[in-house]
Amino acid sequence: MYASPNAGASQRAVHAWLLLLPALALLVAFTHWPAVATLIDSFHSTPRGARPAEWVGLENYVVMVEDPVFWQAVRNNLWFASATIPLSIGLALLMALWVNERMAGRTLVRMAYFTPTVLPMIAVANIWLFFYTPQYGLLEQFTGALGLPSRNWLGDPSTALACVTVVAVWKEAGFFMIFYLAALQTLNPSLKEAAAIEGASRWYFFRRVQWPLLMPTTLFVLINAVINAFRLVDHIFILTRGGPDNATTLLLYHLYEVGFKFWDTGYAAAITVVLVAVLASVALVQFFVLDKRVHYK
Amino acid sequence: MTARANTIYGATWFDTLAAWVLAVLWILPLAYAVWTAFHPAEYATRFDLAAPWTLDNFRHAWEAAPFARYFLNTVLLVAIILAAQLVLSTLAAYAFARCEFRGKNVAFALVLVQLMIMPDILLVENYKTMGRLGLVDTLTAIGLPYFASAFAIFLLRQTFMGIPKELDEAARVEGASALQVLWRVYVPLARPVYTAFALVSVSFHWNNFLWPLIITNSVESRPLTVGLQVFSSVEQGVEWSIITAATLMSTAPLLIGFILFQRQFVQSFMRAGIK
Repeated sequence: MYASPNAGASQRAVHAWLLLLPALALLVAFTHWPAVATLIDSFHSTPRGARPAEWVGLENYVVMVEDPVFWQAVRNNLWFASATIPLSIGLALLMALWVNERMAGRTLVRMAYFTPTVLPMIAVANIWLFFYTPQYGLLEQFTGALGLPSRNWLGDPSTALACVTVVAVWKEAGFFMIFYLAALQTLNPSLKEAAAIEGASRWYFFRRVQWPLLMPTTLFVLINAVINAFRLVDHIFILTRGGPDNATTLLLYHLYEVGFKFWDTGYAAAITVVLVAVLASVALVQFFVLDKRVHYK
Repeated sequence: MTARANTIYGATWFDTLAAWVLAVLWILPLAYAVWTAFHPAEYATRFDLAAPWTLDNFRHAWEAAPFARYFLNTVLLVAIILAAQLVLSTLAAYAFARCEFRGKNVAFALVLVQLMIMPDILLVENYKTMGRLGLVDTLTAIGLPYFASAFAIFLLRQTFMGIPKELDEAARVEGASALQVLWRVYVPLARPVYTAFALVSVSFHWNNFLWPLIITNSVESRPLTVGLQVFSSVEQGVEWSIITAATLMSTAPLLIGFILFQRQFVQSFMRAGIK
């Protein structure tokens, strides 16, 4: 408080921190603290009745490694991710390229693609459950008309996960389309003219001009798709409840069951740590690897 | 030249056809649900152009579960969350965009953590916290983890940084305080971004499910999504046409809003996505 410039600076700093305080306090309370507390809890037993939680070291992780359902959830989730990510991004790009052109009924087509994004996943799941219903569902009516044998799409472990994946792709593709569309509209139209004068084929133009210029958008969409692959589980509650035989149990759904159906909070904390680790590594990859490569400037 | 470029790269009849086929496929499940909801149960899975139209399914659904209460809860929830997010993130974004202080970068990095590790994942600990605060089964508990939004802070910070500093300084010379400058200069200039964020936030929280499912256990605090799940999952043999009616009913406000303001919706999502 002796030198006035310093006093001014420190006063401004106090003001800045006051502005930040409410948001930061809530973030710490509901994001940072729970993340740390989860890690601590994962080394403790689940408190039951009068018995408080006690230090058990890695026991929860041992339980996890020996839990066949956990591994099934990991396999399912990897399968789900490796199907939803490329499919939804590929379709989104295709949709955006189409809707970006002048064509009959463009607004309607764009609306059809985007509508699933606005609907809640729970409602979407209800609609699709009806779609998949054995015997009455629209899918059965189609396959029946083609003379194919009737089957229980959601009740069969070999098709259930694929059904759940289709719903997620249906919901997400239109959302990602928007970002591609925005990026396409910022591309300079003279690029197209130049390529046409040079006689480049349409595919060549896409591969050598549009695709590289869309790279930052693809990265943004990719990160979102990866996060969603581990976060989108709402539809499981309606469509399959993780069944049949855990064929559609994803990690977050397994976490829900362990934490809030069996109330094994110690083990649930260990699963949360795994999920947080997955998401954190996505963040690190984005920061240190992808961000450096995609910028073409 | 443009004409030539368009003939080479523009939409051919094949593109138009393929785009339309995909669009029809995309809207089919929804169209099927609309058909079922507006027709008597016996036509639920049978297509007949002469089938009579009816609103009975909606009436039955409305009477079968406390949907009015669910609607009220969701509207309140969405409004509370949006209000809190707008106020808190405006203040924080202003500090990040225009103030110089020690620890700024660390604080900003801490904010960005939430973009990756969302409250959706930290269910177990947040449930414990709500238990300690005695908030389990309240609307506040559903909203509280989302009041501070890293996404909103980031978005507004970018916007505020693009506003010329001269405007800020001119207002200061006039004797306005920091908060007055924020309110009179920054907020009005960032209005499109606020609209964009509001639309994204409203549709996200209208649709949010897992956390509300866990933290609520009574009609008084359940939002629509959870109410809908309870309604359609109870094995009480509710007819399909009534379930689809309930489903459409609970999405109707968003759907109608989307159809009316399609352009704004699409542009908002675009704006929110471009960083």
